Amino acid sequence: MHELSLCQNLIDQLTGLTHRNEAIAVARIEVQVGVLSGVEAQLLQSAFTLSKLGTVAETAELVTTVIAPRVVCLSCRAEAEVPPNNLCCPACDSQVTELVRGHELILARVELIRDELSKLEHTNHV
Amino acid sequence: MCNTCGCNVTDGNRHLLAPAAKGNPVLGGNPAKILNGLLENNDRQARLNRARLDELGVLTINLMSSPGSGKTSLLESTIRRLDGRLRLGVIEGDLETENDADRIRALGIPAHQITTGTACHLDAHLIQGGLDRLDLGQLDILFIENVGNLVCPASFDLGHHRNVTLLSVTEGDDKPAKYPVMFRAADLMLISKTDLLPHLGEFSPERAEGCLRNLASRAPALRLSARTGEGMDDWIAWLSAEHAAYRKLLPARQTLIPRVETEGRKIHALGPEITFRPLAPAG
Repeated sequence: MHELSLCQNLIDQLTGLTHRNEAIAVARIEVQVGVLSGVEAQLLQSAFTLSKLGTVAETAELVTTVIAPRVVCLSCRAEAEVPPNNLCCPACDSQVTELVRGHELILARVELIRDELSKLEHTNHV
Repeated sequence: MCNTCGCNVTDGNRHLLAPAAKGNPVLGGNPAKILNGLLENNDRQARLNRARLDELGVLTINLMSSPGSGKTSLLESTIRRLDGRLRLGVIEGDLETENDADRIRALGIPAHQITTGTACHLDAHLIQGGLDRLDLGQLDILFIENVGNLVCPASFDLGHHRNVTLLSVTEGDDKPAKYPVMFRAADLMLISKTDLLPHLGEFSPERAEGCLRNLASRAPALRLSARTGEGMDDWIAWLSAEHAAYRKLLPARQTLIPRVETEGRKIHALGPEITFRPLAPAG
């Protein structure tokens, strides 16, 4: 399945992040999966379970957050969560809307494990 | 994208999975696209393909649909109707056989067949190989007939300019509601095989278009029959208008991009937040 290929790339990226940040392993990652991204969160979980074996992410926990479609109405400016096959404005029925959430596939958070006490309180953004 | 098979790896992109590709350049560049690594490689090739097509001014149309909804018949009918007024070329995607490319070549139009084996979509690397085999300087419009599949092809930018999705009247008219990712990607929806409508009372073109509109799509929905020619004029008019609009953009180094691809570029702005935890003490 293509989720396996995506995970293989994810593992590569996590390996790079681990080394660059002088960490020894990955503890936890959070991925946001939009309902309209074409990726299934559940299949991503199964694929990750297989892909992480023998890597820096072997004991890592993958937390997926499924992001529901959200539109902004270009007529009445209302913003609302909507079902994936009805992206019209629930407030005014307009079909002229813009999808603002729900098509994303984002690695939002990575928690790494470090072996040095001196780096315990270090937090940064890469 | 396909959730059931190994469709994300094709002969075109397999090399990216080799160990040599592990030092993926995506790494330091745009961290928020990290998970999207494989698609980022595809998207990069797609941009190269598009630049190459724009250099030569070849409007490229990606035809997508279920298997058997009439993509090749539409192309045959389009070739006959245009009768050389626009110079056409075709890249055919199928799992096996040269059959579709043979049908196109029989009409005197250059065609390259990509057989994907088990992969159920075309990707930008496969298309690059196809572009190498066509004399692009001799073309006005290149059609890419994607593998018949309403799931995976929607997720891969090929470097083309417009997505056209066919829905034949032998299918359910609620397909756009069932496959929102695919139909949201359409810059034009073609309701095909309308000559069969009298025999298929349960299919309502209005309902099909309603489902498309529910996806907040402003894409036109045309009805046609490649067999009888009904509605073909509107399709040819759309094609000619897109070609004219495209050619107008080129001198200013601008191009057409499928609507759904332009939307994707707005996301993935921020990198992941990195935090640390200490190694748990032994025992």
